[in-house]
Amino acid sequence: MKRLINLKPERGVGIVLGALSFVIVLAVYVAASVSRLTENADDKLLPSLATMTSTFVRLATEENRRTGDVLLWVDTGASLKRLLTGVAISMSIGLIVGVITGLIPYVQRTLSPLVKVLSMIPPLAVLPILFIALGVDELSKIVLIVFGIAPFITRDVQQRVEELPAELLIKAQTLGASTWQLILRIVLPQVVPRLLDATRLALGAAWLFLIAAEAIAATEGLGYRIFLVRRFLDMDVILPYVAWITLLAFALDLALRLINRVVFPWYGAGAVR
Amino acid sequence: MRPSSPRFHRRSLGIAAAALLTLSLIGNPAAAQQRDSFKVAWSIYVGWMPWGYGESEGIVKKWADKYDISIEVVQINDYVESINLYTAGSFDGVALTNMDALTIPAAGGVDTTALILGSTSNGNDGIVLKGASNLAAIKGRDVNLVELSVSHYLLARGLASVGLTERDVRVVNTSDADIVSVSASPDVTAVVAWKPQLSEISAAPGANLVFDSSRIPGEIIDTLSVNTAVLAANPSLGKALVGAWYEIMQLMSKADGAGRAARVAMGEASGTDLAGYEEQLATTQLFATPTDAMKFATVAQLRETMDSVRQFAFDHGLLGENASSADFVGIAFADGSVLGNPSNVRLRFSADYVKLAAEGKL
Repeated sequence: MKRLINLKPERGVGIVLGALSFVIVLAVYVAASVSRLTENADDKLLPSLATMTSTFVRLATEENRRTGDVLLWVDTGASLKRLLTGVAISMSIGLIVGVITGLIPYVQRTLSPLVKVLSMIPPLAVLPILFIALGVDELSKIVLIVFGIAPFITRDVQQRVEELPAELLIKAQTLGASTWQLILRIVLPQVVPRLLDATRLALGAAWLFLIAAEAIAATEGLGYRIFLVRRFLDMDVILPYVAWITLLAFALDLALRLINRVVFPWYGAGAVR
Repeated sequence: MRPSSPRFHRRSLGIAAAALLTLSLIGNPAAAQQRDSFKVAWSIYVGWMPWGYGESEGIVKKWADKYDISIEVVQINDYVESINLYTAGSFDGVALTNMDALTIPAAGGVDTTALILGSTSNGNDGIVLKGASNLAAIKGRDVNLVELSVSHYLLARGLASVGLTERDVRVVNTSDADIVSVSASPDVTAVVAWKPQLSEISAAPGANLVFDSSRIPGEIIDTLSVNTAVLAANPSLGKALVGAWYEIMQLMSKADGAGRAARVAMGEASGTDLAGYEEQLATTQLFATPTDAMKFATVAQLRETMDSVRQFAFDHGLLGENASSADFVGIAFADGSVLGNPSNVRLRFSADYVKLAAEGKL
């Protein structure tokens, strides 16, 4: 049937089409940049690709005149530390709370409403409370990330546990499994890969909260640098930093996907990918 | 078979149109030819509230009509964003401080003229310490402030006044929107901010205002600056803006009902009331007449101030990576003299239009 939904591009055509969108965006950018730079050679809004490259190389290799730090790596290190700590804590909370609320009815009745309500609170709105309770140092930034993504991961894991076929749990029980054994043998193998998937989806939000936290009060970090130079419209710093953040986010996503594929080969084995 | 190809054509046309639109939106900085409509941006600050009042009361329009032009005075919610919009060419003029005029548009290659020096901060910016009543106690503390802003400049000047340098403290960049809640945290013990946030922060128990801009009088100047090329091609823009400004000044500095009504309106527009606005005005040195402004803005005074500002800007890398010394950007003054590189003049202080106003020739 010749309908639009049945027309599938061949592999080569698909790659070309995918690349085409990037080429168009890049071409529009370069054209706009050239047009602005001919008007004013010092224009900062749309720097040329060469300027951005040289700025990026400078940030990644040269020591800062004032502080002696190589800014890109200092910023990346600080941001990744905050992000990964926040995400790791969120994953632990998500797994533990998600599994027990999903599996144990008494805990579910007790905790589930609280988790639901917590996940609805916009974390940035309660930021002043975090500042006063936790100070404005690293802790409040990590807590902001945890506040932002842990409820989401918890609810996802909980739902996944609730969706486990009842037959599996009953079978295991007829074979004599205790609650603890059920968790270890039935629930975790099914749910941990799902946890990684939920984390992948939450990473975008985690970056958002990280950058918001660094914009508010910080001395280093990727978000800090972007908001600092935003004052001076230094797009030749901001745009490469944005590309760098995108790359880091993509790499994290890929890493989680690979872990899932290698460590939990049964997960999604039957699904069409 | 469905005729699907025309749809594709339409879509690709749409994409092309969108791309062209994007190009035309961001690809055309304010061109310097003769025009008859202009846009000026301002943001909420005690010294710039008159622009909002002048726009809503039709005073700006009256003066624009007099010179057969139209001027749109647009309020931008974020100060830095308003400067960036001006620098990128979306506006012909913007309300900003002398330091930001040097470090943002001028360092970004946009030749800018400070048309009106409206007021100076005479206590609007200040350093607050918790648990100490003199500035020297700041040594070794973390200091929360908007990095590279006027607050940072004030801190540098303050530190110098007690024989310290920036190495003696650790600067923590803090957003001006959150600085009040940040300063409530017990582990924050030193803050630099401007009003109205400063009033809130210094009023907290245990907080002491230990240094403010009245100690560096006349160094933080609130200006209305315009694109030099646009002004050169359109002198009527300068005349209309200056004319409108001093009419508003005269109105708001009156003690009678009309003056009071103007101050009430400005106070409410800035989110406070008459008392709150007058408290801010008290720490602002407003130049009510063109003669006052000219008396303040002597070449010698401006030279000294801008020299100190540009040194700060260069030390903090604000003149760009290409700048090898503070002389990189030239600053021209009303008598034609230039501080820095005369072949790279990007910031100009002009007295021409204010002089016309003083002589009643507008």
